[in-house]
Amino acid sequence: MSAAKNPGDSRLRRWLHVGFCAAVLFFLVAPVLVVIPLSFNAEPYFTFTEGMLRLDPDAWSLRWYRNVLEEGRWLPALGKSLTIGIAATVIATTLGTLAALGLSSPAMPGRGMVTALLISPMVTPIIITAAGMSFFYSDMGLGQTYTALILAHAVLGAPFVVISVSASLSGYNHDLNRAAANLGANGWTTLRRVQLPLIAPGVFTGALFAFAASFDEVVVVLFIGGPGQRTIPREMWAGIREQISPEILAVATFLIVFAILLLAAVNWLRQRDYVRAG
Amino acid sequence: MASSLTSRRLRAALLAAPLFVFVSVTFIAPLATMMLRSVYEPVVAESLPETLAALADWDGRELPNEETFRVAGMEFIALNERRALGSVATRVNRLESGMRSTMLGVARELANDPPAGAWREAMIAADEDWAEVSSWLAVRRAGERITPRHYLNALDLDRGAAGEIVAQPEDRRIYVTLLLRTFAISAAITGICLLLAYPVAWLLAHARPSRAGLLLLLVLVPFWTSLLVRTTSWIVLLQNQGVINDLLVVLGILADEQRLSLIYNMTGTIIAMVHVLLPFMILPLYSVMRTIPPRHMQAAASLGGSFWQSFRRVYWPQSLPGVAAGSLLVFIMSIGFYITPALVGGRTGQLISSMIAYHMEQSLNWGLAAALGAILLLLVVLLYLIYSRLVGVDRMSLS
Repeated sequence: MSAAKNPGDSRLRRWLHVGFCAAVLFFLVAPVLVVIPLSFNAEPYFTFTEGMLRLDPDAWSLRWYRNVLEEGRWLPALGKSLTIGIAATVIATTLGTLAALGLSSPAMPGRGMVTALLISPMVTPIIITAAGMSFFYSDMGLGQTYTALILAHAVLGAPFVVISVSASLSGYNHDLNRAAANLGANGWTTLRRVQLPLIAPGVFTGALFAFAASFDEVVVVLFIGGPGQRTIPREMWAGIREQISPEILAVATFLIVFAILLLAAVNWLRQRDYVRAG
Repeated sequence: MASSLTSRRLRAALLAAPLFVFVSVTFIAPLATMMLRSVYEPVVAESLPETLAALADWDGRELPNEETFRVAGMEFIALNERRALGSVATRVNRLESGMRSTMLGVARELANDPPAGAWREAMIAADEDWAEVSSWLAVRRAGERITPRHYLNALDLDRGAAGEIVAQPEDRRIYVTLLLRTFAISAAITGICLLLAYPVAWLLAHARPSRAGLLLLLVLVPFWTSLLVRTTSWIVLLQNQGVINDLLVVLGILADEQRLSLIYNMTGTIIAMVHVLLPFMILPLYSVMRTIPPRHMQAAASLGGSFWQSFRRVYWPQSLPGVAAGSLLVFIMSIGFYITPALVGGRTGQLISSMIAYHMEQSLNWGLAAALGAILLLLVVLLYLIYSRLVGVDRMSLS
């Protein structure tokens, strides 16, 4: 029996633990958030000027935001990102949802192998995918086209949909299908009226993941996109590589807000999923 | 009953079929053609058919005969007129350096001053490299359609004069070193992530639900934020005139001229990659730890175990599935990581992926890029098989 269960010892440990976690969480969040105040810098520097620290209003400005709106590359880039992202998401969500429905059936032949194949685009290092696609799509005559990028982003996004919808379906009661069939519904009606409404939160979550993946994808765009497909990540890449200007911080702030909105949407959908499942 | 099973199997297969076909065509086929490209190089064979036919019977010890010189000289001239000699010469040059200028030079000289009969003398006069057996061996070897040379190259090997496999000269051994370095860095990143993530996941897993939800948000915000944004943040923070160096100078820890080089080197790569990959360690750990009842630790303590004893014998073994899942995931992602090292790694902080990009975009040695990609892919697939054996593909979740 060790009587040495010193309460002071465990309190110290607790404080150390909490302090350590606070430091790690700070390390996770602070670098993301520090960009936001810096994007309002009146000077073209990447650090807080003395004026900013004194909260001198002249040291803060919206000039980089004005630049982003006025300079003619970010808004077209946004349009291109949205075009590719939305088209890819529609394809990924449709095919991914159908596939997840098939995979969820106990009768699915060769499920392990098929799942591995369908998930493989998500786990393959992106540089390999991009290299392979750049050979392939230019051989197909699709080099530097929207078509190639949409197909590429769709296949990269589909695994997210498969996983998310499969998770929704794992709690799905397959007796409902039989019940619907007994009531005279055919397979298509059952899918549309019974299954899809129940798994809708999973479908939308998957779609958000697929869209986010496309909206942030730069390597495939670098390798198979042309000057006509300079999306936001592509412009950021160029901005970071060539000459980094605080304009990028303004765009980054927009993307952080966008990420927080996506996160909120996914959380909201997850709660709905629980409501349904419960 | 049997027919109903058949029809349910058919229905399931038909639902999965569209994505199956789509992935096969838009993803598997590109990877397969890349693999093909890593062993198949028809350009030289198609461009120099007669030269290669003449070299086929050559013994490879003494210089080829006059007829071979003539056929080769004529083909070089013809190709150069079609501006197609450059890409052939580049490929021969990869086997024997200097051959690019040798081939292009001789084609120009022969075209200006066509030899009447003695091609051998004329070509050697134009460039004495043509008196070297090794030049001809290089041409012959470059003409092989199916070749393991990109793989040999990727493993820092080469073939000797008699076709035997030899190590590359010391100064040209780069890929194995880089691959090993990629492994070491990935292991270090995985280790750091585990060290940082374990206590955080513990806190999340055993906090009150309302507080855990809030803390989880702090993990998820960076997780959802664009990779490029996070990389930009690190550039802003770590650069010479950046926030961290400024802070250290203002606090008097460093003098102005002692600013640390935290970026565009290996340090930058490691810091930024740990930041990017940390959520992928925290989340699997968290989901496993949530299933470990706190009672177990309390029971161990009430049986007299010290905190560390109880942890080692009771908690740690139960958390191992999460440790394995998170570590494998982070390691797999690290060895293929491209964007962050490319942007913050400078010259010394690059991983194997940057070599693939370099050969794709700059040296245009696509065969070698494909071979390096295939080796990396093989490693990832192997690790992924271990992952799915340990964790199960089905249990992969999006947190």
